[in-house]
Amino acid sequence: MSVFWADYLWPLIIIVAESLLMMVVLLIIIAYILYADRKIWAAVQMRRGPNVVGPWGLFQSFADFIKFALKEAVIPASADKVIFLLAPLLSVTVAISAWAVIPVASGWVISDINVGVLYIMAISSLGVYGTIMGGWASNSKYPFLSALRAAAQMVSYEVSIGFVIITVLLCAGSLNLSDIVKAQAHHGLATSLGVPWLAFLNWYWLPLFPMFVIFFISALAETNRPPFDLAEAESELVAGFMVEYGSTPYVMFMLSEYVAIALQCSMATILFMGGWLPPFDFAPFTWVPGIVWFTLKALLVFFMVAMAKAMVPRYRYDQLMRLGWKVFLPISLGMVVVVAGVLKVTGWAP
Amino acid sequence: MIVQAIFFYIFAAVLVGSAFAVVSARNPVHSVLFLILAFFNAAGLFVLMGAEFLAMLLVVVYVGAVAVLFLFVVMMLDVDFAELRRGGLDYLPIGTVIGGLLLVEMLMVVGGWVLDPTLIGKGASPVAAASTNVAAIGALLYTKYVFFFQAAGLVLLVAMIGAIVLTLRHKPFVKRQNVADQVARGPATSIEFVSVETGKGI
Repeated sequence: MSVFWADYLWPLIIIVAESLLMMVVLLIIIAYILYADRKIWAAVQMRRGPNVVGPWGLFQSFADFIKFALKEAVIPASADKVIFLLAPLLSVTVAISAWAVIPVASGWVISDINVGVLYIMAISSLGVYGTIMGGWASNSKYPFLSALRAAAQMVSYEVSIGFVIITVLLCAGSLNLSDIVKAQAHHGLATSLGVPWLAFLNWYWLPLFPMFVIFFISALAETNRPPFDLAEAESELVAGFMVEYGSTPYVMFMLSEYVAIALQCSMATILFMGGWLPPFDFAPFTWVPGIVWFTLKALLVFFMVAMAKAMVPRYRYDQLMRLGWKVFLPISLGMVVVVAGVLKVTGWAP
Repeated sequence: MIVQAIFFYIFAAVLVGSAFAVVSARNPVHSVLFLILAFFNAAGLFVLMGAEFLAMLLVVVYVGAVAVLFLFVVMMLDVDFAELRRGGLDYLPIGTVIGGLLLVEMLMVVGGWVLDPTLIGKGASPVAAASTNVAAIGALLYTKYVFFFQAAGLVLLVAMIGAIVLTLRHKPFVKRQNVADQVARGPATSIEFVSVETGKGI
């Protein structure tokens, strides 16, 4: 019995507790980045944004959530009911389960698996099914067409994200996300320049800057964020593949979208901005716990995402496809060859 | 070990069940969704065997790319599958023969392994546990089997070019956007000042 307790039950309790903690914190952060998104957007347009519910509108997201949750869920009569309800459930499950391998601080990760990067790619490639199933199950022309558009978009940009990640993997020499962060700690530009205390120069954003830019833009497209929000361009398509959705199923789609955005922000942090590492390797900065740095960096990336929404006009669909296949794919493919060549010639490869 | 066994039976049962549902589902879209479920459970079985790299590749390639295209095609086809399926039982004898052959082959392989592990050779046995999956596969694929790897890539390239050639049509009447031209455009080439006399027009 004690073996059973020590070997199975206790680890199970630990994992469940960790997952719950991660999920609750994630959902609260999502509520506030949603609010931040709207506030930033409003500030750029010199509006006030949400400011009524709670002090400075801080409880707006919760009010929205309660409103959605209390509405009646309408299912179209001709819809494929099982798939119609399965689609948002799948989206949100897939989006949240990707967080199992994200290291938010040194050792703070639910599952520290060897193929963490591949797991993230596998899980985020599943996200497309939520979209396409939702569009098809609605049994209506417009959701279906925009689901196809959205799916084509997500699949196309996954390719260039894959190549960007490969360049990082070449530099780090591991598919484990914690090891990728650790690889940015001691080797890099700052160390070779003889200024190891300028730790932020060690991170991959500087040597791989073009890939960082491509990753950022592809992440916008992958998560259907403006300027690539063709899947749900309000002025043209109403809500895209979610036209027939309301109340809780709709909120699940929206939640999965923001969870995916937060995931891409933390992936950018891990791959290019040194994860939980402090930007300067001396006293007051090294005292701050890793999770604070991780959160700050991820929020910085999210700020850029929100600013892109506020400032950049929407792409046309053919321009989006051109950017993905004819610009990003050749550049990132070429960079894989260049980075691999440089690492081999200089002997920097780990 | 018992947890592994439990997960094995869960994955295996769902895999077999969804594989059966692929052929028995009435709606072709449901068939494809069951196929995806089957892929996913196969990936779970790979993880249980310690082949996490293969599992992730299975999900990325088959679920993330191939099945999406399946789903696209099946969703957009307007085929009466009930009509297609009529007379499917005529193929039962040949299907039974092929299934039986596969079963016998599997039994021979697995039975041979059980009787004498050295019979099949070390080809299929697990590599040394010291290196990770990715490193082990990479080291083998890019050294010993590099020719086959390149040849497989070439076959895929030919297939890709073939698909492009089959579908490429040049439509002379379609106006295409040339981004380089648009970017190169400046005030000097696009603005012209004219002084128009009143009542004349341009």
